[in-house]
Amino acid sequence: MTEIAIKITVNGRPQEAVVEPRLTLADFLRENCRLTGTHLACEHGVCGACTVLVDGAAVRSCLMFAVQAADREVTTVEGIAAPDGTLSPVQAAFRDCHGLQCGFCTPGFIMSLTALLRDNPDPTDEDIRVGLSGNLCRCTGYQGILAAARQAAPGPAEA
Amino acid sequence: MTGPGAWPVPGADRALERARIGRSAPRPDGPAKVAGTFPYANDLRVPGMLHARTLRSPHPHARVRRIDATAARAMPGVAAVVTAADVPGVPTYGLIHPDQPVFAPVGGVARYVGEPVAAVAAVDGRTARRALAAIEVEYEPLEPLTDPRRAADPRTPPIHPNGNIYRELTLRHGDPGARGPVEVVDSYLVGQQDQAFLACEAALALPAADGGVDLMLATQWLHSDRDQMAACLGLPEEKVRLTLAGVGGAFGGREDVTLQIHGALLALATGSPVRIAYDREESFLAHPHRHPARMWFRHSATRDGDLIAVAARIVMDGGAYASSSPAVIANAVTHAAGPYRVPNVRVDGVVVRTNNPPCGAMRGFGVPQVTIGHEAQMDRLATALGMDPVALRLRNAIGPGDLLPTGQAVPPPLPVREVIEAVAAAPAPPPATAATPARDRPGGRGAQADPARIRRGTGYGVGVKNLMFSEGFDDSATARVVLELDRDGQPRAVVHTACAEVGQGFVTIAGQIARTELGLDAVVLAPADTAVASAGSTSASRQTWMSGGAVRKASVAAVDEVLRRVAASLRLPPAAAATPRRLLTLADGAVTGPEAGVSVGLADVLAAGGPVDVTETFRHRPTHPMDAFGQGDCHVAYACAAHRAVVDVDLDTGLVRVVELTLAQDVGTMLNPLSVLGQVEGGTAQGLGLALMEELVVTDGMVINTTFHDYLLPTAADVPPLRLIPIEQPAPEAPYGVKGIGEAPTGTATPAIVAAIRDAVGRDLRRVPVRPADLVLPPDPTVYLAPPDEDPEPQGPAEPAARDGMGLSDATPGAGTPPGPDQPPAPGASP
Ligand code: FES
Ligand code: FES
Repeated sequence: MTEIAIKITVNGRPQEAVVEPRLTLADFLRENCRLTGTHLACEHGVCGACTVLVDGAAVRSCLMFAVQAADREVTTVEGIAAPDGTLSPVQAAFRDCHGLQCGFCTPGFIMSLTALLRDNPDPTDEDIRVGLSGNLCRCTGYQGILAAARQAAPGPAEA
Repeated sequence: MTGPGAWPVPGADRALERARIGRSAPRPDGPAKVAGTFPYANDLRVPGMLHARTLRSPHPHARVRRIDATAARAMPGVAAVVTAADVPGVPTYGLIHPDQPVFAPVGGVARYVGEPVAAVAAVDGRTARRALAAIEVEYEPLEPLTDPRRAADPRTPPIHPNGNIYRELTLRHGDPGARGPVEVVDSYLVGQQDQAFLACEAALALPAADGGVDLMLATQWLHSDRDQMAACLGLPEEKVRLTLAGVGGAFGGREDVTLQIHGALLALATGSPVRIAYDREESFLAHPHRHPARMWFRHSATRDGDLIAVAARIVMDGGAYASSSPAVIANAVTHAAGPYRVPNVRVDGVVVRTNNPPCGAMRGFGVPQVTIGHEAQMDRLATALGMDPVALRLRNAIGPGDLLPTGQAVPPPLPVREVIEAVAAAPAPPPATAATPARDRPGGRGAQADPARIRRGTGYGVGVKNLMFSEGFDDSATARVVLELDRDGQPRAVVHTACAEVGQGFVTIAGQIARTELGLDAVVLAPADTAVASAGSTSASRQTWMSGGAVRKASVAAVDEVLRRVAASLRLPPAAAATPRRLLTLADGAVTGPEAGVSVGLADVLAAGGPVDVTETFRHRPTHPMDAFGQGDCHVAYACAAHRAVVDVDLDTGLVRVVELTLAQDVGTMLNPLSVLGQVEGGTAQGLGLALMEELVVTDGMVINTTFHDYLLPTAADVPPLRLIPIEQPAPEAPYGVKGIGEAPTGTATPAIVAAIRDAVGRDLRRVPVRPADLVLPPDPTVYLAPPDEDPEPQGPAEPAARDGMGLSDATPGAGTPPGPDQPPAPGASP
């Protein structure tokens, strides 16, 4: 099989690899980059656990090939804390609001919510519910996640 | 009270991380989980590891005539292929009865779609997958047995040497022939739900120098896995060592062995580390599901609405292997009358073997099914009596001291009346209007429901769930607490249990308990593993009570040891030395005793005497087996809950929007209120899923929907805000008065939502989940009604043998010889 040389900037660091065209971005991140915070729960685009940012847009990394991310900026859950390890406001809100139980869905929610709040810093509860309805959580019943979203939203003052 | 949109956010109060019991300490694993660095079982990698895959039977029922793995073994990159011939120990395993083959053997029978036949380890996953395709298996398909009613018929040939009946139970309480002037009779059907934990099964198996194996895995019960593995591997238990890896949800679906033995066999065969992990489809095929059930109920009451009798028959499909079926049916039978005072109860329950997927534990464990039935019946009875459904429930609410159908007195507290009153009194949400935006109508924006065609309904679901293990099981949990000095010479506590943290928050609670008892902030949890004795399963709402109880007991013992040491140094009179707690206290890292003029740092005590290292085992009050009439002190404790659901239904499409859910729950003492809220909300969402969308569709033994595209889970847009009204009544027998809280609301959410839909559309819905078609198409009798011959009641004089030909007559051998309706036992009598 023809392999393709690609370069992807992952969490600010350039990653070069020669990959098969069918390698998903999720597998590239998990296996090649050893960034296992991007989770796979369905591998067919339903659960959102594998959500990452590609050039700032939230995408399901199980549905994208690594070669499609060539020459782009990919941000995973490991890349959104400050360099000194300080959690991002969204990460901190999930921790503080009991927005997680098993936590397997959490990285996907954090990435979806990060993109959502960037586009809409002052969402209504309905905006959040609809905006996060592409991510599945089996543990929480979502209320702690919605609380985390409300806490993390910067609000109109900063909009 | 917690209202919608009013989730009590603790904010970023770092002091909460050291909170003792009663406050909402955040999860200690939270920072790693939000940072993406928490290692789940399927994140584990070691250099040189092999990748395993499992070959599964595509047939619901087939004889395995031949397996030829020659070509697969010869493939470059394939390290090993194992089949039944390579299992050195006992060829079968199982949670209660070891009736499931590790692999279906040549000459033997594969009994469900997905039964393992062989497993491969190769250098990478792709090679392993190709090797599976290269294994030749010749099957002789056999007629599958897929109808549980046929499986219960003694004339049906057995599909397993152990027969087709896992367990048949007869419960007779009071006068089983009693009837009342007002009766409602109906049948209900509950579909098959999947636990659908988000992280699929995974483990890393490491061969050990001593000939044993180390396994890091996601599971609910390390020691049960260990025991089953050791037996099949032919190894002594101490050579099979398990460590819990990160678990991404469980809900009962990790109680059974799935990949554990396969992974270990491959690691031992190859001498290499082996990673074995499932994808979603394999996960759906590999673990047991919630039992589908067919139920028949007859409720009899006085004209004033006092329940006189409940008769029920329950047929559960256990699928191909036993798993926990025998315990599930016991729960279903003993809870069939619900949280009501019923003087006369007769329940006949059977769980059978079929060629459908195996069923076992899922949150609620047999209780959600019967709760769907008894709550539907209570509403029907209220209609028949012309009574308010809440008033009928309150009139019959069981309370401490009343007799349960098992003849046990209700152990206090059980605030059934309080939970019903609380939900009924909660304010109702505002009605939908023409101005309600489309996305808040049934079906959301996409459906564009016509507001004129939307109907609102309100329904109630009340239930009770037993806590912990029952029927005389020796239920124990062990904890070890070590007080030692850290590298900086500061005292700290290390808490070690085998309790599986699966998301429920035991790691949080264990720290809170240890900090409370030890008076010490520095508490760390050792990884859960089999180096310490069993914690029992993370199931049955039991770990806060059981492993929490063990942590408390070990912490108290550790304090006692510290105080003893200090007391010994004081040369007290023997009487005082024997009870040092009278004189001394350990708090904030120091032992003080003003009377004795003592103040000594814990660090000094540990420096002088070495670490304190104590291990304690906690047990709850023993339970007892039931007699042949289902009578006996078989459950140790209960928790009750009541949901009120408000729904909008679009009459044109049959789409349902759950507008609001209110839950009042018997929570004992809340050690961590936000953890309680998280548990009951998660449980409620799973109950909503069962009401509206979650069903594993099995046709002729074939599972049709093994992806999240077609097995639907509730999303944030489906689950409304939940109002929780906690009813805090400490359980006197429990550590701190706690109660298990995760299961009760799963059982009550479903019937509340179904009742609300009935209220909205005026249909007798007998099938759960309720599908859109069930609301708009004419009722299909084959779907809605169990056949009349499922009625276990001979109408008129008893004719036990000839009644139904289903082998469920009163004279069934093996279940004792309970009296027929014409010869009732005295109330509470034993044979
Ligand atoms: S794993 Fe990508 S959406 Fe589920
Ligand atoms: S916290 Fe477990 S799936 Fe969301």
